[in-house]
Amino acid sequence: MVVAFFLLPMARLIVTGASGPSGIAAYAAILVEPRYRATLINTVVLATATTAAALVVSTIAALFLQRHRFPGRSLLIALLTFPLALPGVVIGFLIILLAGRQGLIGDVTAFAFGEKWVFAYSMQGLFLGYLYFSIPRVILTVMAAVEKLDPALEEAARTLGAQPWAVHRDVILPALMPAFIASGAIAFATAMGAFGTAFTLATNVNVLPMLIYTEFTLSANIAMAAALSVGLGLVTWAALALARSAGGTVAAAG
Amino acid sequence: MTAHGVAIHLENCGKTFANGARALEPTTIDIARGETVVFLGPSGCGKTTMLRIIAGLETPDAGGRVRFGDEDVTDTPIERRNVGMVFQSYALFPNMNVAENIGYGLKIRGIGAAERAQRVAELVTLTGIEGLETRSIDQLSGGQRQRVALARAVAIRPRVLLLDEPLTALDALLRERLRSELNSLLRALGITSVYVTHDQAEAMTLGDRIVVMRKGAIAQIGSPRDIYFAPANRYVAEFVGAANVVEAECRDGALILPGGSLPVAHATPGRAVAMVRPESWSIVPATAATLTGRVETVIFVGDRLRVTIAGAADRPLLVDAPNGLAVAPGQTVGLTVPPGAVRLLAGEAA
Repeated sequence: MVVAFFLLPMARLIVTGASGPSGIAAYAAILVEPRYRATLINTVVLATATTAAALVVSTIAALFLQRHRFPGRSLLIALLTFPLALPGVVIGFLIILLAGRQGLIGDVTAFAFGEKWVFAYSMQGLFLGYLYFSIPRVILTVMAAVEKLDPALEEAARTLGAQPWAVHRDVILPALMPAFIASGAIAFATAMGAFGTAFTLATNVNVLPMLIYTEFTLSANIAMAAALSVGLGLVTWAALALARSAGGTVAAAG
Repeated sequence: MTAHGVAIHLENCGKTFANGARALEPTTIDIARGETVVFLGPSGCGKTTMLRIIAGLETPDAGGRVRFGDEDVTDTPIERRNVGMVFQSYALFPNMNVAENIGYGLKIRGIGAAERAQRVAELVTLTGIEGLETRSIDQLSGGQRQRVALARAVAIRPRVLLLDEPLTALDALLRERLRSELNSLLRALGITSVYVTHDQAEAMTLGDRIVVMRKGAIAQIGSPRDIYFAPANRYVAEFVGAANVVEAECRDGALILPGGSLPVAHATPGRAVAMVRPESWSIVPATAATLTGRVETVIFVGDRLRVTIAGAADRPLLVDAPNGLAVAPGQTVGLTVPPGAVRLLAGEAA
């Protein structure tokens, strides 16, 4: 039953992908057709950039939060993880409020430079939105890993003559690597498949989930939508598998 | 390797934590070049704080100075103090193999690969971990980890070697073996070493001098023999080794006990607290001694018998007897002790 529950829809999806007028070539079209290929590349680049930025921001924040105790610290942690509670549509809406045509950044830049900056509907807007929901996913894992670090590791490196930056390069960051891999894979997978945010923002950019949606609903090109879905699934699955084989324990969060 | 390292002078080093807790009273102590000093005490006695102040991992309260030889290092950051440290958790870097761990301090100092490899090989031999060079840390046993940690600390030719309970995480048998290995290694290196432990057997084996600590202050400093045979007070007597501490009236050169009298050298009349080590007693026929008691338990511990004798003093006395002696519970026996083995503890009547 369980096997059927998981496998039947997937098998059906794969079969559907090859059942269009172009048959199995629909899969090749993902890479050959310029529009599909550009979308695939866009999506992978966006997901990669989001993951990298989320890792950098989260690591700095996690190390800072671990080392400093200050009033309001737990409130700050709660706020950092708050976006987990918001669906993608709401995050898209937040980005529009921030960088849209009536957005805060637009108003401020219009006032300061006489020019309205609007980037909510572009790649940058998507990136910002994706970053917004990726950071909480990454920061919780990285913070837990930082908390588990033996403080003696850092002390040992310093007694051996390592300056603080060398301690980070040689000891702390490598020790956090499993957490980076695990949380990075989750962030990548989430960014690859994010729909709500993309749906709210992506008027100028095409990302895979959007493309699948338009192929399916607007063009009624069900076979191509299925093929693209399988393609999206493969890329994401490959990223998770890579992370798992690299030694990270990838939790089934997302 | 010849003797190296420096003398350590701690001057008025106290430590009060941010929450107001006083971990260490202002303490002054000198450690000679090449000497091994063991800080001994229960947890929370300030011994680790003392070690961390020497390492530079804690700064002493205002007024405290730390000097290595003639150099004042109080404000020198850890990474420039050139101390080797072995941690209780070993703190080996999990992302490096054994050789990389040992060579890390040399690499940071910009020492070339060839020279580094030679030094690592030297230390691998010295600590007896040949063949493990390319192993990752999680493939090592506790004893092997401890050796790697030691080799890593010594590799940089530190001025001072600091060891924070390095054997505590090991099982008893291994601990005993490594203790004597560590002892010969420290002698061979001739390096100034500070060793922190709560285990008095370790302190006895390793220390040129032992600093017994209690509640953030020094209770006694002395050689292992001094500490054992001439404890300065009741706390030291009871913390180091097994001790019978009795409180009694002293009259006519003898302690007046419930089971008779016990002659004491250099006795002054009045209330006294005296200590006798279990192995100082001799069990003799009741008629041959001025002090008698009733045998309560006899425990065979292999090399000797541990006998408890009730009725002789205000509480049962521990007595170590030869394992061939015929004693049985219920028997009344006499106890004698050489006069010098009764140690009067000053001002400690509780």
